[in-house]
Amino acid sequence: MLRTIDWTIMIVYFVFVLGIGAVLKRYVKTSTDFFLAGRSIPAWVAGLAFLSANLGAQEVIGMGASGAKYGIATSHFYWIGAIPAMVFVGVFMMPFYYGSRARSVPEYLRLRFDEKTRGLNAVSFAIMTLFSSGISMYAMAKLIQILHIFDSPFARLGLPQAWIFHFSLVISALVVLGYILLGGLTSAIYNEVVQFFLIVAGFLPLVWLGLKNIGGWQGLKANLDPSYTHSWLGMTNAHTNRLGVEWFGLTFGLGFVLSFGYWCTDFLVIQRAMAANSMNSARCTPLIAAFPKMLFPFLVILPGLIAIALPTQNLAHLAGGNTTIQGQSEGRGLIPAKMDASGQPIRDKDGAVELDYDLATPNMLLHYFPTGILGLGLTALLASFMSGMVGNVTAFNTVWTYDIYQSYINKKASDAHYLWMGRMATIFGIALSVATAYMATRFNNIMDMLQLVFAFVNAPLFATFLLGMFWKRTTGHGAFSGLLGGTMAAALHHALTLPQGGVPGVKGGWIATLHVYPSEMAQNFWTAIYAWTTCFVITIVVSLLTQAHEEKELAGLVYSLTERPTQQGLHWYQRPAVLAVVVLAATALLNIVFR
Amino acid sequence: MGLDIRLPIGFLFSIFGVLLIVFGELSDKRIYERSLGININLEWGVVMLLFGAVMLFLGRRGTKV
Repeated sequence: MLRTIDWTIMIVYFVFVLGIGAVLKRYVKTSTDFFLAGRSIPAWVAGLAFLSANLGAQEVIGMGASGAKYGIATSHFYWIGAIPAMVFVGVFMMPFYYGSRARSVPEYLRLRFDEKTRGLNAVSFAIMTLFSSGISMYAMAKLIQILHIFDSPFARLGLPQAWIFHFSLVISALVVLGYILLGGLTSAIYNEVVQFFLIVAGFLPLVWLGLKNIGGWQGLKANLDPSYTHSWLGMTNAHTNRLGVEWFGLTFGLGFVLSFGYWCTDFLVIQRAMAANSMNSARCTPLIAAFPKMLFPFLVILPGLIAIALPTQNLAHLAGGNTTIQGQSEGRGLIPAKMDASGQPIRDKDGAVELDYDLATPNMLLHYFPTGILGLGLTALLASFMSGMVGNVTAFNTVWTYDIYQSYINKKASDAHYLWMGRMATIFGIALSVATAYMATRFNNIMDMLQLVFAFVNAPLFATFLLGMFWKRTTGHGAFSGLLGGTMAAALHHALTLPQGGVPGVKGGWIATLHVYPSEMAQNFWTAIYAWTTCFVITIVVSLLTQAHEEKELAGLVYSLTERPTQQGLHWYQRPAVLAVVVLAATALLNIVFR
Repeated sequence: MGLDIRLPIGFLFSIFGVLLIVFGELSDKRIYERSLGININLEWGVVMLLFGAVMLFLGRRGTKV
């Protein structure tokens, strides 16, 4: 299926990836160079890396899948669930992250609150990053298998096809390891920028061909039920829209709690802004990222919509020949049905066939791209998986070295020692990710449960940061007990509710079922809302009961005790406030156009 | 920081552009049935080459200053 030209493109890309690391190696002299890119990255580079670090497997494959399943309403994950939070972190929070000279998000918590709050955040974050990068690796190896990328070279070399999975894991781990070890965060950021352009270059022609084929947006509308092509239709009630969520759960749960919790507190993305070369660059980083982010739905969601809107057809050409694809006759558009072990399509409780939505975007690539550009498209897909993995690994090695190793294990080593430790952390971080990837092949339930636990830990985070940064009375005890309380509230809410049709267990209701949500998404959003609110209230109450921090300790860490960053001498397009207004106005406009 | 990122991007996209253009010219035109009869390799190769050239230009100018 893949020809010499496709392989050439893929190999040229990997040579470049490692080449960038090799060139940057001589600039890495101190731990700050390795972990924070020497705080020397220009705003636009940091901005694109900020976007790219989040652009993992979930994004390209997952958003295409959601596009096919939920329609254009998936754009809420961008226009409601990302842009406002990105604007907020740039305009209001970056002055404290960057201005405090903290080297990581947990370190900010140490400066603002106390050791135990930092420890809690650092440890849970470190475990979570390893887990996510492992999942990303697993998804990539699976995808390589499904797309039969290595099938013919393996057959030619006489190697068993079962090794493709192992080979994919090892090769991706080695590439990522190679360029992080060489160039540290600079190398990661540079590669993320390359990945950003590559993903655009790989998906733009796909969307163009797809839209041309189906007759543009009007053609999509003509071929699909209106619920696919309107993002706000039926949002007053959870039962009348494809997402199964009502507007309040959507805007408060996703748009406020979950999205602010991610974009404003997750070190994975904040690290990119901390590496910027000035306070103003750091503030502009998420704002610059917001512009492409706003347009990404067209790149990643539309392929899914097109895949489901096309007439159902024989998919044999996707497998490159005469083999039939399982489940194609029960499928829809380019998306086959999910099949069970006996070769029967899997049906949900209403008897409707379940589609394998994750194949929407990959099948679009195979359907429209001839050899040549197919190599480019697949390279873009692999690049997106790698950028997600790398973001996690660089965040892990920093938090491990600064917030765990330097704080609790070896406090007074030389900078060279911490640099060495960072490299070691990269190696064992990646080794543990590979182990996680193998665990995912064996114990799917453990993975689901871990993911759930992380959701509980993350949900309340933003309440802590919001109070910490904007209310000087917040205390360390308040923050710590708020986080614990919020996490417990999330677990409790999950234990007492179920999504419609769910069986008590990992889906919820493991204590009792007091309420049934119309969808899993609605349940998730409301779990987050309860966690956030509980954390917010407990933090305030406990803070008022405990002794306040001295004001002079909080200078530069809290809004009311910090000088506003000056915007004098900047062009209008360099001012965070101006960028913020433009990006919010454009997002509002998109919502109106696609309502 | 040492290396201007636009240079490697410029090189990479120029190489991809040239590869796609050359392959688009040489390839059997029947493979373009799936891309609606459009020689997408040739057309997209030109776009990538142009983008790569612009990046190289900006990167070189940026490095000199």
